[in-house]
Amino acid sequence: MPLDYKKGFSQGLAIGLGYLSVSFSFGILAVSCGLTWWQAVLISLTNLTSAGQVAGVGIMAAGGFPLEMAATTLIINLRYSLMSISLTQKAEDSMTTADRAVSSFFVTDEIFGVASGQDKPINRKYMLGLATLPVIGWTLGTLLGALCGNLLPEILAESLAIGIYGMFVAIVLPVSKKDKGVAIVSIFAVILSVTFWYVPFLKENVTSGFAIIICSVISALTGALFIPRKEKRADG
Amino acid sequence: MDNGYFFLLLAVMVVTTYLIRAIPFVFFRKKITNEKVKAFFDYIPYAVLSSMTFPAMLYATGSILPSAAGLAAALILSWREKSLLVVAIGTCAAAFAVNLLLLMTV
Repeated sequence: MPLDYKKGFSQGLAIGLGYLSVSFSFGILAVSCGLTWWQAVLISLTNLTSAGQVAGVGIMAAGGFPLEMAATTLIINLRYSLMSISLTQKAEDSMTTADRAVSSFFVTDEIFGVASGQDKPINRKYMLGLATLPVIGWTLGTLLGALCGNLLPEILAESLAIGIYGMFVAIVLPVSKKDKGVAIVSIFAVILSVTFWYVPFLKENVTSGFAIIICSVISALTGALFIPRKEKRADG
Repeated sequence: MDNGYFFLLLAVMVVTTYLIRAIPFVFFRKKITNEKVKAFFDYIPYAVLSSMTFPAMLYATGSILPSAAGLAAALILSWREKSLLVVAIGTCAAAFAVNLLLLMTV
């Protein structure tokens, strides 16, 4: 039996619950940056990405330029291109261009992870099922965070705003333990980021969005040129 | 920021994010074989997350000490390979605890 909506839907539960709590933190962060609750919700519903949204809200708060937004979003979300390329290898032949155009909206790290782990080829119905609860969780969590962030005592709201960064650490550190290349690139990125943050000339002249682009491209490029990847076995 | 400018920036963000996902999925049929290009794409997510997280995380709660506690909790829990959810909650809890402590001692 091919993968269907129901199969995807049930597999999306764990992702949805995770997104609910993380986006709560995003909602608080967005409101603390000066956005309204509906702006925060709209951002989550239309973007469905954590790191890109955090950077995007930072640019909005700073009144940044459209080009800065495009460049930052492009670099931060570039990884989705690779995931999409990888997912095409698993797509059913029957998937039309429209099916692909719809399904690709939902490519996130976690949804990609689950979808690419399937034995069978994926299709539009399965992808929509898999994305349903994550989209609801991501949007609802943002709404709750944006609204309740105001009701919560300041001290609690402040403490919750840091949660999304905790999740970023949880993505990077376990991989860095096993993969020296990722560890070195990550440490290099942090060193560059600290430099941009604290050196007065850079701090005053480079906006946070461009600083992220510069730090990550330099460190990833250095890694790609000087630290070859270990051969992956079997799966190719 | 007025609503017009918000919608302009939002549109740029949405279109860019969508095209990054859609263009490869709709048009790409082959696999990347160039090792260096492949390695670059492998490294990019970690480079981005690392430069976004530090030092920004130290200022995420408004004061350094609670943020540092959150960072420490995130590092310890992640090192032990706890799930994203557990790490996120632990980070907030540590920051909150130190925030409370500071409030009581002042």
